[in-house]
Amino acid sequence: MQTFIDFISFKDPNVFYVVIGMICINSSSALIGSFAYLRKRSLIGDAVAHSLLPGICLGFILAGEKNMIYLFFGAFFTGWLSTYLVDYIVNRSKIKQDAAIGIVLSSFFALGIVLLTFIQNGGYTDQGGLNHFLFGQAAAINKDELILFATILAVIIVSILIFYRSFIIVSFNADYARSIGMPVRTIEFLMTSLTVLAIAAGIQALGVVLMSALIVTPAAAARFWTHKLGRMLLIAVVFSVFSGLVGAYVSYANANTPTGPWVVMVLSIITLISFIGSTKRGILARYLKARKNKSKILLENILKAIYHYHERQNLENELNLSMASAEILKVRLFDTAELQRGLNQLIRRGFIGRNNNNYFLTSEGMIESKRIVRLHRLWEQYLLKRTSIDAFHVHSGAEAIEHILSPEIEKELEKELGISGIPKEDF
Amino acid sequence: MSDFWVILTASIVAINAGLLGCFLLLRKMAMVGDAISHAVLPGIVVAYYFSGDKTSGLLLLGATLTGVLASFIIDFLSRKAKIQGDASIGITYTLLFALGMIMISTWMQGNVDIDMECVLYGDIAMIHMDKIIVDGNLYLGPRAFFVEIIAFIIIGVSLFFGFKGFKLLSFNADYARSLGINTGKWHYALMTLVSLTTVVAFEVVGAVLVVGFLIIPPATAQLVSTKLKEMLLLTCIFGVVSVVSGYYLAVWLNVSITGAMVTVSGIIFFAVLVLQRFKKSNQQKIEFSDAN
Repeated sequence: MQTFIDFISFKDPNVFYVVIGMICINSSSALIGSFAYLRKRSLIGDAVAHSLLPGICLGFILAGEKNMIYLFFGAFFTGWLSTYLVDYIVNRSKIKQDAAIGIVLSSFFALGIVLLTFIQNGGYTDQGGLNHFLFGQAAAINKDELILFATILAVIIVSILIFYRSFIIVSFNADYARSIGMPVRTIEFLMTSLTVLAIAAGIQALGVVLMSALIVTPAAAARFWTHKLGRMLLIAVVFSVFSGLVGAYVSYANANTPTGPWVVMVLSIITLISFIGSTKRGILARYLKARKNKSKILLENILKAIYHYHERQNLENELNLSMASAEILKVRLFDTAELQRGLNQLIRRGFIGRNNNNYFLTSEGMIESKRIVRLHRLWEQYLLKRTSIDAFHVHSGAEAIEHILSPEIEKELEKELGISGIPKEDF
Repeated sequence: MSDFWVILTASIVAINAGLLGCFLLLRKMAMVGDAISHAVLPGIVVAYYFSGDKTSGLLLLGATLTGVLASFIIDFLSRKAKIQGDASIGITYTLLFALGMIMISTWMQGNVDIDMECVLYGDIAMIHMDKIIVDGNLYLGPRAFFVEIIAFIIIGVSLFFGFKGFKLLSFNADYARSLGINTGKWHYALMTLVSLTTVVAFEVVGAVLVVGFLIIPPATAQLVSTKLKEMLLLTCIFGVVSVVSGYYLAVWLNVSITGAMVTVSGIIFFAVLVLQRFKKSNQQKIEFSDAN
């Protein structure tokens, strides 16, 4: 508990740097990651992150010390080169994008390892912190780096504010953007540069291997909660910053544990919760909705079958006659257990009454069964008259749409076709 | 003598990974291979933790299952949770890799067999420390070499007897399905083999750099060949050439051996790519002047 209080009260001035640093880093990458996600280029971030390592090492070798400016520009250069090479491979050979990413990622990372071991064995002084870039150590953030991270975040936010429209259009539909004369290449260049900037800032905290989580995961989790880009950006930032702070705290409380893995764990848990529990696109919500739909379709099909049964005996005006459940099966094939379940539910809703082992439609049930049969046949008529679909094929279309036609569309169909009541023909 | 064993063992790693990499590449699942190679980390850590001794085959098998689990999670996320394909790859492997790293930092403090650097680029220079010696003095070679040979036999036999299945799966999975072949079975067989390769290669080349062996030589071979068997053969050749030249480069510069091997293999890829572009544009010029 004492550690926690120390952490939130910034007792250690380093904690302040770490917290502000994490906020800057995670916001930058979540913002950029959302656009990358929409462009379906999430894994490019992976290639960029791995490719920063040789750049950092080159910067170190050139400067001869841990000069932040050299390291950063080295990283920016190789990160940029990697995205260029991925595009070059994809455009100039039969190699597909994911293989190209894998090739660039592993070659650059291997080169980085070679340079890193070269530095370690080369008698450089002051090379101690370099391997923090492998796994991330948020605790190592210092004041100069903090200014750099804040600048990067500011650049990213300003660019997004200025070019919001262009970014959206290029992300969703680059071909369209080209057709209306937008400078797509320039905008893509800008987006790539911002991506490299965000990742270059992030590897200090996450490390090269896990950095792609900071790009991919917040966007994927946020996508479950909204359909609007503006909100998605905001949610992604909140998720990412929260995970970053928790990760930084765990790393602070257990000295010498890397920050990256904990941030990724928290982010993954948030994603898991999102995809199970999201009210819009969550797996639970979708399952419940599918179940509700399925039961609605079953009930409506039973009501329709009862109508058909009476109609076949020319008794469509006496729908309230009772019948055995086996008779329904003669008209339409149901799974027996499912049929029983459906009948019981219809009784509970007051559409059907039971008389010994026989069933009959109540007045509400009669209205409802007529409505569905009518929708089915109206749609069949519509397909026959307004499209050139063959009479053999209109049934299956109507079978699907009868469950979702609204009263408004029903009225429109009536007006369009000039039909009132239930059409006789059934296909 | 240790030179010889290092080169030989690394060559078999390159061949094992390359052969499977060809099928991954043709199946357009190169990054799934990348994900599996990262995702086996928690399985390996658990295996080391409970066996203490690295030789337990059963636990290595358990680690192999982690890779299969990863490919299963990727499928699940993209099909059921409707997350984009490459995003689900990114989410899955970072999660499992992070889990493995947390295990290492909490359980493996001060353990000599496994540490973070080993995860990244293996301990190939150290493989001769763990030898197999029969009758007290007959030296048979490093243990890692025999593990790789066993993996090679498993992969070789599976590919030999399942060649047609893997081939159909890689080139046209829909057609294979229409022939009544259970593509799911072949898919998970491939994933199991990939995962086995990365698990056994782990202590030799590390979890991250094995991707280089898995993707780069097959991609280089794909640039120049049009037949599957030719591609497999060329993959092995490119793999072994990178291993041998990478080794001597590393010794000369005194740097990481595995890193140098993968770097060389990347250089070969880009050299072949550029040469081929050059050749093609020359051909086009000749054809153009012929046409005139």
